Amino acid sequence: MALTGVEIFKLLPKTNCKKCGFPTCLAFAMKLAQRQASLDLCPDVSEEAKQKLGEASAPPVRPITLGSGDKAVKMGEETVLFRHDKRFVNPCVFALEIKDTLAEDDINIKVNEVIESEIDRVGQKLRIDAIAIINDSNDAVKFEAAAKVIATKAPGIPVIICTVNPQAAEAAIKQFADEKPIIYGVNSGNAEAMANIAKTYKAILGITASSAFGGSGGGLDEISTLTEKVKSMGVEDMVIDSGARKAKEIIEHNTLARRAAIKKNFKPLGYPVITFAQREDNLVELLISVVGVAKYSSIIVLSSIEKWKNLAMFTLRQNIYTDPQVPMQVEQKVYKIGEPLPESPLFITTNFSLTYFIVSGEVENSKVASYLAVMDCEGLSVLTAWAAGKFTAAKIAQFIKEAGIENEIKHRELIIPGYVAILSGAIEDKLEGWKVTVGPREANGIPAFLRSRMAGK
Amino acid sequence: MAFIPLKETNTGKVYAVTVGTASGEITFGGENVLPFHSFEGLIPNKPLIAYEIQDVPPSDWSEIVKKPYKDVSGDPVSWAKFCQDNLKAEAIALRLIGTHPDRENRSPEDAAKTVRDVISAVERPLVILGSNHAEKDASVLIAAAEAAKDRNCIIGKAQEANYKTIVAAAMANNLKLIAMSELDINLSKQLNILITQMGFDKERLITDPMSSALGYGLEYTYSVMERIKLAALTQNDATMQTPMLADVGMYVWKVKESQASEQDLPQWGSVEERGIAWEAVTASALLLAGANLLIMRHPKAISALDKLVEELI
Repeated sequence: MALTGVEIFKLLPKTNCKKCGFPTCLAFAMKLAQRQASLDLCPDVSEEAKQKLGEASAPPVRPITLGSGDKAVKMGEETVLFRHDKRFVNPCVFALEIKDTLAEDDINIKVNEVIESEIDRVGQKLRIDAIAIINDSNDAVKFEAAAKVIATKAPGIPVIICTVNPQAAEAAIKQFADEKPIIYGVNSGNAEAMANIAKTYKAILGITASSAFGGSGGGLDEISTLTEKVKSMGVEDMVIDSGARKAKEIIEHNTLARRAAIKKNFKPLGYPVITFAQREDNLVELLISVVGVAKYSSIIVLSSIEKWKNLAMFTLRQNIYTDPQVPMQVEQKVYKIGEPLPESPLFITTNFSLTYFIVSGEVENSKVASYLAVMDCEGLSVLTAWAAGKFTAAKIAQFIKEAGIENEIKHRELIIPGYVAILSGAIEDKLEGWKVTVGPREANGIPAFLRSRMAGK
Repeated sequence: MAFIPLKETNTGKVYAVTVGTASGEITFGGENVLPFHSFEGLIPNKPLIAYEIQDVPPSDWSEIVKKPYKDVSGDPVSWAKFCQDNLKAEAIALRLIGTHPDRENRSPEDAAKTVRDVISAVERPLVILGSNHAEKDASVLIAAAEAAKDRNCIIGKAQEANYKTIVAAAMANNLKLIAMSELDINLSKQLNILITQMGFDKERLITDPMSSALGYGLEYTYSVMERIKLAALTQNDATMQTPMLADVGMYVWKVKESQASEQDLPQWGSVEERGIAWEAVTASALLLAGANLLIMRHPKAISALDKLVEELI
């Protein structure tokens, strides 16, 4: 359990020296409890307190970076069970499995799919983050050969080296020197050999349970013992797999592990979770990934990465990992819906993403190509932005003038949301030569509104 | 260090709602734990998925989801029978979209006839939905409720603007009722309270916190649902213990991702699989957030969801 402010206070020097920048030791303790300050700020803290507080103030799920360079991905650092409490921190990693039994050409095809998986969505670049090389052949030479192909073809893409054979692991990891890969497949039998390899090559270890389905919590008990053992061997960066494969077990094990880490500060399970979602049916595999994304997996290993599947997965991950306390915003600009012509209607609304999505969706539905001017109102909806003085006649007029839309359209008519009908006169005063039309109050009235306009023309 | 699983039991419980009559009867809800946490409590019933059909041909549906129904969707009765007999639907949701003033503007009497025809043709339980035009729904749903009297259907949606007449109609005709508010836990709670204050039995109510599609505000619905479920279970809030509805199909099949062709957007891949995936992923996420009743369109999305549910229970 994380320490409270008062518990932390008891461990501080209680001198109120202010060297930390806070007025009193108690104030500093409170900030530490909220994870808003770092213990390093106190010059006089005792070694004993440092150790106790260091343990307690570390994030309940250990932060680990997979890979190196610009394609490295962060995992862990999570602090909550529900996204409405606080933002989920590090979006889960999607990895494509590549078996070493495949022919070189087939490996190349798969690697290419990973390289070409990047898509841009709402200003973010999204992609398949990693490759999981599977030692399906049980043969170290074959495994090394596959690793070599992947290292050559996909330099910089983080890898997960999946084998229970330390010899195979060592052969493969040489292809990824200093690239912070994961060696997945650590069990009680090979832990020591694997830990030595991890120390030599600075790798992360993937801890696995042998008895996944033994009672409630499954392999979590075994995992707890193993992570402690590996830690005592000097490896601290680990990811864990309790053996959960069925959707029901994924929810159960992931929930119990995250709960133990967060509510009890139970360190042996405070590591990112790796989930294997592979299924025969690629649509079902996608839905298993949904369970992983929503329910605490930090890595999801997939057997296929079709473009349609990636788009759905990336979008879900983006949705689940957005900050619930910051309204999602879209970029201020004039959006084209369909292929608008100089005569096409021009709407204006605010940049709250939900507002934008609903309005643009309804305009799209109406099948009338249009321009949609989206104005930066700090992510507020129309009525709230108007009430807050961010969606005013003067600001709308200035935005329309500066947006350059006057060069693209022939007409000078602006359709405003029905809720701010009151602004129409003031906008016309400030935007010379323009006519303001009051549109529907709710976006779902837009198709009918556009249809009746067309009929009237 | 030995690991002792931290199990959490709750004081609250979601009401179980039974719909349909005789052999078609089916129950959903009733759990006393978070979605699919069967390791620490009871989940007596599976979520119920209703196939969406409508009173007029689906001229506004995308081609991909129109296709599976092309031979039957001209007539609501044959459409409903197709869902029940060929697709093995567990429930059917009849949306009276043709009554919308901007659509065919069908009369309440016409709508009632459609309801009667569909009810007498199928055995599976029926969800009867208006066109989401608050004013028109008030009159349409009264007529529809009378047509469904004592058939233990679900009717909706009652909203803040029209709940009084719809609640009265559901009560008089012995039906279950959907109450919808717009993406706000407090609005949902308030509407549930207003409805029960009219004398409507809270155990006959279903809450629709308003759905949204993947990529188009899904996280809002997801979090409102999670918060409602937590209030119901951990705070034992009786006004939030109604099962929840996710009305998925109508939101999913109008977004760009379920319609844009692969020629236009080659980086998005096959439009058919993409559309189906969009519906299945949206539904799965809302299932994990706490939905007990889902309304969906594409048979392939529904059968994929069935497979997920099998793995989850």
